[in-house]
Amino acid sequence: MLKCFTDNRFNTHGQRLTVHFDSPNLYGAVPEVSPAKGDPSSAHRPINTTTIMAVEFDGGVVIGADSRTTTGAYIANRVTDKLTKVHERIFCCRSGSAADTQAIAEAVSYQLGFHSIELDEPPLVQTAANLFKQMCYRYREELMAGIIVAGWDKRKGGQVYTVPMGGMLVRQPVSVGGSGSSYIYGFIDSNYKTGMTKEECLRFTADALALAMERDGSSGGVVRLAAITEAGLERSVILGNQLPSFSA
Amino acid sequence: MLEESSLQPEWLSEEVSTGTTIIAIAFEGGVVIGSDSRVSAGASVVNRVMNKLSPLHDKIYCALSGSAADAQTMAEIVNYQLDVHSIEVGEDPLVRSAATLVKNISYKYKEELSAHLIVAGWDRRAGGQVYVTLDGLLARQPFAIGGSGSSYIYGFVDAEYRQGMTKKDCQEFVVNALALAMNRDGSSGGVAYFVTIDKDGTDEKCILGNKLPTFFDE
Repeated sequence: MLKCFTDNRFNTHGQRLTVHFDSPNLYGAVPEVSPAKGDPSSAHRPINTTTIMAVEFDGGVVIGADSRTTTGAYIANRVTDKLTKVHERIFCCRSGSAADTQAIAEAVSYQLGFHSIELDEPPLVQTAANLFKQMCYRYREELMAGIIVAGWDKRKGGQVYTVPMGGMLVRQPVSVGGSGSSYIYGFIDSNYKTGMTKEECLRFTADALALAMERDGSSGGVVRLAAITEAGLERSVILGNQLPSFSA
Repeated sequence: MLEESSLQPEWLSEEVSTGTTIIAIAFEGGVVIGSDSRVSAGASVVNRVMNKLSPLHDKIYCALSGSAADAQTMAEIVNYQLDVHSIEVGEDPLVRSAATLVKNISYKYKEELSAHLIVAGWDRRAGGQVYVTLDGLLARQPFAIGGSGSSYIYGFVDAEYRQGMTKKDCQEFVVNALALAMNRDGSSGGVAYFVTIDKDGTDEKCILGNKLPTFFDE
């Protein structure tokens, strides 16, 4: 039985190295940045170091996220809902600081509601994405927020826009974000095809998130999925023991 | 216009690293080991066609990653030690012996060195084997990935690996994994080298950049 092993050494950059023996593949060397004792800025704020994903299909979008929120090494919430509604057919996936992203989403939700009343019709996904971008770009120094905006509107159908940290905006057919996303770029690049159906997108998203949660210590819990189409919204949850598993 | 604050370009003072992607996988009767070919010094690519697969013995290769100087030196030292060892025992060395020699250096000089070698090869006793020596540990695995580009393909290799793959499956697996990592990692790129080692010998191949597999957005 392999046990967890911590090596209290430091690498050449002064960061503590930890090698984990808790999986068949012994690849876990992760530099743990330990802030100096007594440093007030090291107060662990809740963050969604996470894995989030969104995929476009003909007629809508599928969005997904893990469910872990951490304050330091403690999991403050293991069933977080990172898929937040900003309008009837427009959602955002939140990663980064939990407080920052919640505040931004509330502000954009308010602005979108007001805009939609003025227009007298449902807002465009591109509008929502631009509102997120304006806020994330203006306050880029203060915020730590990586957001994926996805939804359906009458003009362009299903759309996914990504607003990573720094405040850029770009539309992509498939987008991933959060700390766990690094591990699944290869999987996404090789498995995504244009013209997938809603069920295929749901399967693809669940597989990708499960793979990321397996490798990223900061992602885990359950997989929350949502499919947004003209007809409406369908939310689902895949519990930990029902996640797709892979032979490695 | 930008003014150079010193007379020397920045890359001359950056450490040269093979920030890289390396991968090795064992199949029944042998191994396939592969790497990209980019060597960077900061933002500059100082060698775009470096072969990071270094022979330690006829049927044992290692893949280099991390600091270029450290990795090359480790490989050379182990090559020498293995030659001496194989003369002493009078037969071809075991892959495990080669991996142990690499591990001994990695562990003893852990604070000074920053290189990671994956050792893979074939021997008569245990067939195809892959060993990782990260941080001075020694572990045998069915397959292994390493280097900066490996982060991006963990999901891919976890999903695609199955037990009982044939030699051809393994070669495709290695080339696809390298291509995906090279597309996403700024420190990996160039051409893909891979070596297939089995009881009949070693077969070195190189796939040029424009012949690598392409994916949906290319």
